[in-house]
Amino acid sequence: MDKPLPVPTPVSGPFWDALREHKVVIQYSPSADRWVFYPRILAPGTLADDLEWREISGLGTLYSFTVARYPTAPAWAGDVPQLLAVVELDQGPRITTELVNVAPEAIEVGIRVRPVFCDVPGSDVTLLKYEPH
Amino acid sequence: MGLRGEAAIVGIAELRPERKPQREPRFTIEQWALLSKQALDDAGLRAEMVDGLVTAGIAESAMFAPATVSEYLGIPVNFAEHVDLGGATGAGMIWRAAAAVELGIADVVLCALPSSPVPPAPVSQPPASAARGRWQFGASSSRYGSPQAEFEIPYGSLAQNAPYAMIAQRYAAEFGYDPRALAKIAVDQRANACANPAAIFYGKPITIEDVLASPMVADPLHLLEIVMPCAGGAAVVVANADIARGTRHRPVWIRGFGERLDAKTPTYAKDMVRTPIADAARHAFEMAAVTPADIDMVSVYDCYTITVLMTLEDAGFCGKGKGADFISSHDLTFRGDFPCNTHGGQLSFGQPGLAGGMSHVCDAARQIQARSGENQVADCHRAFVTGNGGIMSEQVGLVLQGD
Repeated sequence: MDKPLPVPTPVSGPFWDALREHKVVIQYSPSADRWVFYPRILAPGTLADDLEWREISGLGTLYSFTVARYPTAPAWAGDVPQLLAVVELDQGPRITTELVNVAPEAIEVGIRVRPVFCDVPGSDVTLLKYEPH
Repeated sequence: MGLRGEAAIVGIAELRPERKPQREPRFTIEQWALLSKQALDDAGLRAEMVDGLVTAGIAESAMFAPATVSEYLGIPVNFAEHVDLGGATGAGMIWRAAAAVELGIADVVLCALPSSPVPPAPVSQPPASAARGRWQFGASSSRYGSPQAEFEIPYGSLAQNAPYAMIAQRYAAEFGYDPRALAKIAVDQRANACANPAAIFYGKPITIEDVLASPMVADPLHLLEIVMPCAGGAAVVVANADIARGTRHRPVWIRGFGERLDAKTPTYAKDMVRTPIADAARHAFEMAAVTPADIDMVSVYDCYTITVLMTLEDAGFCGKGKGADFISSHDLTFRGDFPCNTHGGQLSFGQPGLAGGMSHVCDAARQIQARSGENQVADCHRAFVTGNGGIMSEQVGLVLQGD
């Protein structure tokens, strides 16, 4: 079964376009001095109309994770254990992702992690996964 | 500010949860009618007295749910509300009904959550498969433009188990984690279920060792720490003080409530382990002018064991990070010094869809009305109830009280 892929929207497009070039861009609101993820049309909290895209390293810290021993949906039946994670970017926002290149026993909350750009074969989508840094 | 405590729960209907549905399939509006009749009979009130209704979504109509229900019941209303708070829907219905009553908008309000299967259409229809498709990822929406479809589901982070497991894992990193204390929640609640013939796990006691030996589903959550979906349904009647005093049971006054929500997906919550329960509970206690120490029993939403632990902490029954000690040092059964989820909780009573959330309201109301049977808590006059929707993200707290 095919895994569902993200379908970029007009607002989120720059994020996915950058991932295809193996870069990470997220939004920043100068008036709130706050970084934003996921992409919005107006700044969350203030609704300021000043969001701008900025490139970041994508580096972050593991905020939490789980080792899913049973597939979370049928499309992942061949992928257990799934190493699901939430990463806190160095700029502050958190992002949902999957850990790769790591044994489940080696994962700990608080470890430094870096982006792994995963081009999905047969598509023009690149997913932003993470590995220990 | 807030409620004066002049609206009461006066009638309850709750179907026995069924893992394999035996009851004849009925449309949501039919279930709505049957549950309403049962709840009104329980109160000793006539359908003609009803002038308010609170519903969740119904299977037969994607829109206009309150009007469809009003028309089907043949009951015109002054107050028609549609609540969409996931597992907090039941508790959220109760305070909305009480607010409508205290404002004088309505005298008798029906709140119903039919949660049993509806009949399949005789011919295959595209809308039916579309409905199935909508739920293939549990609480995560896969529709175009949904943040979950774009930023969660593609990584396999979806439905409920994995996000709750990540909350538990984060909790463990910040405060430590005692798997035996978490397991004890399931064990004590199972003891309650073993005294409740309506519970799905009636007659099946478990031990801490059983919980810890059950399969690890998503670290650190074991199978026996995860709620069992089933079929059922519940309805509650809320009425004004004059009417309430003439009903068949002790009125259960709605003395305080709080509601708070901040996110759908825990990744984007302000803090994954300090939840909106804190605000919801504080508002409820302040409105009722009581403290956690004044509560005789709690019925708190328990989709997972970690939900109970974090709810007790954030609501102020114990300090933050002290939940495991609190659970280990208290008896959570109906006989114990901290009666919690005396119907068995959803973990052992069963989770009949949105009616699972309402089961906590019914549990607390039955205790205050002194009709919990074998599970009755001695001298129970005041209860604290929570509803929890989304992934620890939509919270409602209620303080209920007898005269």
